[in-house]
This record gives sequence, structure tokens and C-alpha cells, in this order.
Amino acid sequence: MFKKFFKNSNLKSWLYLLPAIIFLGIFMVYPLIDVFVYSFEEGYNSASQTYFGTGTYNYSYILHDPYFLQAVKNTFILVIITVPLSTGIALLISLGLTSIQRFRSLLQTIYFLPYVTNTLAVGLVFMILFKKTAYSDGLINMLLSLFGGDTVDFIEGPYWAKMFVLCFYTVWVVLPFKILILTSALSSVNPVYYNAARVDGTSKFRTFIRITLPMISPMIFYLIITGFIGAFKAYSDVVALFGTDLNAAEMNTIVGYVYDMLYGDSGGYPSYASAAAILLFAIVLTITCINLLVSKKNVHYS
Amino acid sequence: MKVVLQNLTKKFPARGKKNHGDVIAVNNFTFEIPDGKLVGLLGPSGCGKSTMLNLISGLLKPTSGKILFGDDDVTELPAEHRGIGLVFQNYALYPHLTVRQNILFPLQNLKGKDKLSKEAMEKKVVDAAKLVQIEELMDRKPGELSGGQQQRVAIARALVKMPKVLLLDEPLSNLDARLRLQTREEIRRIQKETGITTVFVTHDQEEAMSISDQIVLMKDGVLQQLGRSQEVYDNPANLFVAKFLGTPPINIFSGNVSDGKLYIGKDAVLNTSGVPNMEVYVGIRPEGFLLSENGSLCCAMGGVEVMGRDISIVSMNEASLNFSIRSIISSDSKVDENAAFVHFDLKPNKVLLFDKKTEKRITF
Repeated sequence: MFKKFFKNSNLKSWLYLLPAIIFLGIFMVYPLIDVFVYSFEEGYNSASQTYFGTGTYNYSYILHDPYFLQAVKNTFILVIITVPLSTGIALLISLGLTSIQRFRSLLQTIYFLPYVTNTLAVGLVFMILFKKTAYSDGLINMLLSLFGGDTVDFIEGPYWAKMFVLCFYTVWVVLPFKILILTSALSSVNPVYYNAARVDGTSKFRTFIRITLPMISPMIFYLIITGFIGAFKAYSDVVALFGTDLNAAEMNTIVGYVYDMLYGDSGGYPSYASAAAILLFAIVLTITCINLLVSKKNVHYS
Repeated sequence: MKVVLQNLTKKFPARGKKNHGDVIAVNNFTFEIPDGKLVGLLGPSGCGKSTMLNLISGLLKPTSGKILFGDDDVTELPAEHRGIGLVFQNYALYPHLTVRQNILFPLQNLKGKDKLSKEAMEKKVVDAAKLVQIEELMDRKPGELSGGQQQRVAIARALVKMPKVLLLDEPLSNLDARLRLQTREEIRRIQKETGITTVFVTHDQEEAMSISDQIVLMKDGVLQQLGRSQEVYDNPANLFVAKFLGTPPINIFSGNVSDGKLYIGKDAVLNTSGVPNMEVYVGIRPEGFLLSENGSLCCAMGGVEVMGRDISIVSMNEASLNFSIRSIISSDSKVDENAAFVHFDLKPNKVLLFDKKTEKRITF
């Protein structure tokens, strides 16, 4: 059996696959299994490698932990708002970019700049925009008061203001990549289809809905899937905006919760962290499966 | 509906530093396509045929000149409102839609008073599909069809809204030889059944001549000649037209007219009374040679190619501008392949004279 499996012709292929298998196995598959095991071991201690017992207590604990529920809520709000919004805005900008002739490459470069800009610099910019300090209320608040509105503390103020900043930031950060992908997808559509549609008397809007969208649907689908996964894993952006004490700021995310359970000030609970991580994994898996099912009907691969 | 082109010109602006000056793709083109006829637009590649078609379709705007459909000036009308059907060279079927949806697509675009009920649309789709004989392929995607089937779908899509004018851009170039022959007859049949004025672009002269009511020959954006295929073949206006039409191509000699006689080399081959003494190009169609022992034109024997119905004699002459001369003779005649020379008499109506400077036809 073993011999048959590693037949001569197969041997070479397995050899080629070996580096990837080893690395993925050590750094992806083994930890995944390990985390899965930890999540069912109560009170696991990584120093002494001991635990009290096994069972689903870890899951029931985190599901009753208000901080975890807050983190799940935050993450879902972030995902549901930013993924469609960023993809939609990126599509509009890409459509604009492909339909103009002059300054096209200049604008393309400008739209891509955020992608290559340092995160700290971006953080600084957002601080100038939104943060209230002893000296200034931030640019947005200045604008708000200029038009007669009340100033809002976006960084330490009400929940909706903070969520707004987080969504704004996330959309802004993911836009360049999406624009890049979508402009190349749009320009790869053979113009002969647009000519055919014009000759058939198709309106601009209908051409977009019936021809452009289906033709670039694989790329849109790719962006939505990776967008969902990326947004579910949000953490570093939140830290950059609101600092490390996210539970106090009510702005924690699931990944942030996992991190806090491991290394935070109240941390040292690898079992709870593992359970939360597995739940996140289950959520992402479910959403991706739903995405795939939806895509089967609506995505056209040529 | 007749289509009239008046002084149509299309210039493309020069691009890059090396090419100065505009590219004139269509130059001062004037002709009329009669109602309900099939016109073949013919010319070598790069002569502006497709530009011409795009101008008629409205996908391109002319630099100057007018286009009329019937009595309506449509020059400024965009493609979406011209009501034409266009079959693209690579068919441009929407790959994500089924055959049925592809054919239905133009009908769904109709608005206002032209809007059709679902049943009426379905009926039109079925009728169009029947016309091109693809009823059994309705639920397939274009990717699952052969080239010939895709071509039929493209024609059905162009025909379903009953266009005023049907334009076909090299519709047969993606098909194999046998299918091409069959499809061109199909196109002819469909055109006759529907009676839609049709313009057909091709670089294949045989294709154009066989199915067109009229052919229009163009070169470098300039109209060379138009007329019924046989007329143009028999009476080409200039050397280019003579060379372009006919397989095997016409044989061109350098000759001169002296005292009412045409000389090819030293051989006086024909009486050409009325033509002044001058240097000429002599074009002789392959079927214009008669095998004759005492023939006036003497050529060095090159070989004999048997083609079944006919035989083709390949010979050489110093005055010939082509390397070899090809003459088609009935296979009943006996030819000695090993002879050093072969002698021909010429059929006067298959001999065409052209001015050496202007390359224009000289009649005699």
C-alpha cells in the first residue's frame, strides 16, 4: 500500500511538494490542531503543561463573557459595513478611472499611494483628522464646528463615533488594493462586447449590469471573500486607532479578544483564547462557504 | 433600405513621434448600396474595410462626409440608435449568457412603443434561431459551440431585431474551408429570405464574388471600383483591381504598343488598333491562353500541374513580371511536358492593357 502510494512517478511530485508541506504542517496544521485541542482543555497552563479537565466549559465561558460578545458585535458591524462599502466605492472609482483618458495613470498612482504608505504615517494622519487633544479638536471637528455642528470626540467619545472612525479607516486602507484589482479586471474586458452592446442599442446602465458586472464577477468575488476574511481578522488597525486597552474602549475585535486572553493585562488563559480562535475560524469558514454557494449562481468564469 | 455614403472620410490622428501625419483609413468614399442587396466590401488587409463598416455602424464617427439610411441623415446618430445589426469578426457573443439570452439581448433593449411582450420576444427569438438553424442549441453557452455554430448565433442576434442594415465583418475568417463554403451560401440564403440590405466585409475575393450582388473594391481607403462581380472581373478599372480578382491571379507582362500591334518581348501577340504607341502593362487572365503550335506568344516550358477538370501550364517569359506564368487549359488538350517551349495564342477579351504610368486600363 505504502509502496503503491509513493510510486516512482509520484515520488518526484511529492518531492516538489515537500517544502510546502513541511512548512505548512509545522506552522499551520499542527498549531491549528493544537489550538483545537486546547479549546477543550479547561484551565490549560502553558508553563506547566497541565489542565484540570476536558469539556466545553471554555466555550460556554467565552460565550457568556460580555467582552467577547462585544468583540463579536464589533467585528460583525465592521465586516458588514466595510466589505460592501469598500468594494462598491472601489468599483465606482475603477469605473471612473477606466473611462477617462487624461491623467489616468497619474490618478491611478495617487489612488494606489495609501497601499505603500507606512501604517504609522497613516495613523498620524488619522490622529490629525480625528483626535481631540489639549491643543486642537482635530480637523474633522474643526470642519463640523465651521458648519455649525457640535464637536465629537471620535477617539474616546461615543460608540458610534469610534465605530465610524474604525470603518472609515478600514475602508480607506483596503481601497487601493481593490481599485488596483478592479481597474485591471475592467480593462481586461474585451471592448468588442461593449461595441456589440452599443450596436444592440443597450443603455449604459444595462451594459454595466448585464455585461461588465458578469465579466468582472470573478474578481469582485475574490475581493469580497478576501475582504470578509481580512475584516474578520481586524486587530492591528484597531490598536493603532484606540490603543491597547480595547475592552475598556468597547472597541475590541475577536482577534483582539484572543490576544488579550493570551498576553493582555488580564491574560494568561490559553484555553479561552483557543476557544475564541476556533469560534472565529468557524465563523469565517461558514461565511466563506455561504459566499461560495452564492457565487456559484452569480459568478461567471470564462 | 438603401445606404448612401457621401464623400466619407475618416482620419486617425498620428500616434508616436516617428509617424507624422494622420492615417487616412477611408478617403472621400462615395457610393450607394441599393435596397435589399448584398454588397461585398473587398480589399487587402489594412485597406480600411473594417473602418468603413464601423463608420456605417456608427461605432466610429467620420471626419467628414455623410451617411444616409434611406433619406435620413444618420451621420450624427450614435450606434445604439441606428438600428443596425453587426456580426463581428470574432462574433462577440456574450460568454456568460446562453444562446437564447444572447439572441434575446437586443430585444430586451427596446424601449417605449417598441417594447415587446415576453411572448412576442420569445417568438422572435425562436424565429431567428430557426432561420439560422440553431433551435437545438438554445440553452448552451457560446463556449460550448463550434465556430460555425457561434457564427450562426451571432447572425441570429444581429437579425432578431430586424435591422435596417446588416453588417458582417469578415464573418467567415474563423471557419475552416468546407464550413466557409457552406456558411457563405447560408448567409446568401438568409439575406435573400429576409431582404435586409447587407454589407459584407472580406479580404477573400472568391468569397465576395460568389455571394455578392455587387462588390466594392478598395485600396488604401480609396474606392477602386464597384459593380457586379463578373463586370468587375472582366473589366477592371486599373491594374490593382485586375491583380486582386481572380484565382489563379492574372499574369502581368511588360509590353508595348507599336503601330497598332501589342508586343510582349519580341512577339507581336495581338492587334490593338486604336491604341497609340506606348509602354504598357499587359494582363492576361489564366483562362486567356490557347495552346497553339504556331501561337504568337512563346514561353519557356516550366511544367504541368493537373487539377482534374483543367490542367495548369507553368511557363516562363522574360517579359513577365511574375516569376512564372500560369495558364489554365482544358484537360483534353495534349501538352508535351518535356518540350523546351510552349506557344500560345491569346483570347483578345482576356487580355487587358494598362498604362504604365497611371496603371489605368486602356481599352481597345
